[in-house]
Amino acid sequence: MSRAFHIEHGSRSSLIGTAALAIALLALIAAPAFAGRDDLRLMSEIFTYIALASLWNLLAGYAGLVSVGQQAYVGLGGYVLFAATILAGMHPLAAVPLAGVIAAAIALPVAGLMFRLRGHYFAIGTWVVAEVFRLVASQISVLGGGSGISLPATIVTSMAASRQMREFAIYWAALLLLVVVLGAMALLLRSRYGLALTAIRDNELAARSAGVDVWRVKLAIYIAVALGTAMIGALIFLQRLRISPETAFSVNDWTAYVIFITVIGGIGRIEGPIIGTLVFFLLRRTFADLGSLYLLMLGAVAIAVMLLAPKGIWGFLAGRFGWQLLPLERRLRFGADARTN
Amino acid sequence: MQWVNVIIQGVLIGGLYAMFAAGLALIFGVMRLVNIAHGDLIVLAAYVSLMTTDALGLNPLTTIIIVAPIMAGIGYALQRLLLNRTLGDDLLPPLLVTFGLSVIIQNGLLELFTADSRRLTAGAIEVASFPLGETVWIGVLPLVQFVAAVAVIGGLQILFYRTAFGRAFRATSDDPSVAQLMGLDNQHVFALAMALSLAVIAVAGVLLAIRANFDPAIGPARLIFGFEAVIIGGLGSMWGTLAGGIVLGVSQAIGAHLDPGWQVLAGHLAFLLILAVRPQGLFPKVQG
Repeated sequence: MSRAFHIEHGSRSSLIGTAALAIALLALIAAPAFAGRDDLRLMSEIFTYIALASLWNLLAGYAGLVSVGQQAYVGLGGYVLFAATILAGMHPLAAVPLAGVIAAAIALPVAGLMFRLRGHYFAIGTWVVAEVFRLVASQISVLGGGSGISLPATIVTSMAASRQMREFAIYWAALLLLVVVLGAMALLLRSRYGLALTAIRDNELAARSAGVDVWRVKLAIYIAVALGTAMIGALIFLQRLRISPETAFSVNDWTAYVIFITVIGGIGRIEGPIIGTLVFFLLRRTFADLGSLYLLMLGAVAIAVMLLAPKGIWGFLAGRFGWQLLPLERRLRFGADARTN
Repeated sequence: MQWVNVIIQGVLIGGLYAMFAAGLALIFGVMRLVNIAHGDLIVLAAYVSLMTTDALGLNPLTTIIIVAPIMAGIGYALQRLLLNRTLGDDLLPPLLVTFGLSVIIQNGLLELFTADSRRLTAGAIEVASFPLGETVWIGVLPLVQFVAAVAVIGGLQILFYRTAFGRAFRATSDDPSVAQLMGLDNQHVFALAMALSLAVIAVAGVLLAIRANFDPAIGPARLIFGFEAVIIGGLGSMWGTLAGGIVLGVSQAIGAHLDPGWQVLAGHLAFLLILAVRPQGLFPKVQG
């Protein structure tokens, strides 16, 4: 039985892109063998930002849930890690997935409330939730209350005896999380749910009339993103060894940067946050001394991109040259066409 | 009697929140835009007032007549040059552009005025109060703020339902394309709405700055208070925002009375509770 048509995901650019990613991944896994300590720290930070931005991209760029309160889950993840290790004596790396599970459980009722707010108001509603989390965290005195708490030395050394091995462990954990996030996103986008999600991104009304259960898809995405974001948050604060309500629920660090990264790189595309994060870190290296002016400049660039090239850097390249890094597009090939290929 | 005092304080501060909310509700009503920079613009108004007081030696309350036109001008220009380009079916551009604007204003103020806490001093009125009954005292300044809020909201209500100006706003809100066919210039109407919103913000910003310390970072919390008052009161109703502001103010006052650390949290919880049991708000005008 030969079918009249089939769906093709890949293209020449995605073949090159996937191969390049595979080689880069091998190099990154081996990096502790040759990279210096500062480089490893910087790279783990880059991984966590790509992962955070990818998740925000999934939420806002695909599911149309523009949240400015994802710092709620970054901070929650961090606090769960500190609580689980300090109060319950858990192994720090085991506490990372636990943070994800707890965040997902909390995200369900939160979504139930927030989804009552239409479009724009949803954004500010998520910010309220993040503020509630921050204020509650500063009331928990066993975790340092408003001034925060450090991870005790015994817990730090329980991860690995030598400092070097601990740094390697955190680096690999960050890399693993990033690969899992990007891999899960790629699989999701290739699945039929991904098709539903892309339909919602392009036109919610049309998606609904084509039979997509928009509400359920959005709920599932919101919870999955909370899960991933909290795991990344847990890892971030495991690396920092100290947490406080202000740093854990910082809107600048975990939302403003993430939004700017995604917008500049290209919202609604899996490649966007990767490009955006690289641009962000390059700019930061050059302009870090400017302090608050750097943030101001970033805001201005993001506004300019939104107005002039709303699909961001990668959207521009993809539109111009038809590039894609991963085999995610859907191209209909008909019988004759398929034979010649 | 202590509780009576607490509730009165809450009601009076609620007037200020209602003014934050009125500006937000106004532009959402006219053009379905939620301005994330709203709170930072309130803080900007406070700094404009501070500069005017320093430069001209005026009493902060009188600077409103200077600050309001300046803010209105900023609002008109902002809408005309920037925000009008973001309006459309897509939610993302207006949200992200106003979010960017919020970050720009915050960090711009930080560069210009440092992170130091500032305050406007309005003289004797700040501490003046009069007794009501035996144990209840009412501060003159909070009362002035509350009366100002009622006047602003009443004024907006009249403007919306009794004037040609308001007709243009409502027409554009109901159906922008038909309004345009009837000869309205939507771009101009939107810019006027933003100008009006920022004039309201100017009054709120000056009153806020006399009442409490401010610094460049407090904007987002003001946005959130205004937003909570809008949702508690119910979308589409100006007097609803006043009720929402009062509910929020009273919740915060009760929280603060129980434990100073619970003030803001109690307001958030009241908002979440309303959202859970009555998502359309207390006095909704538009259904669905």
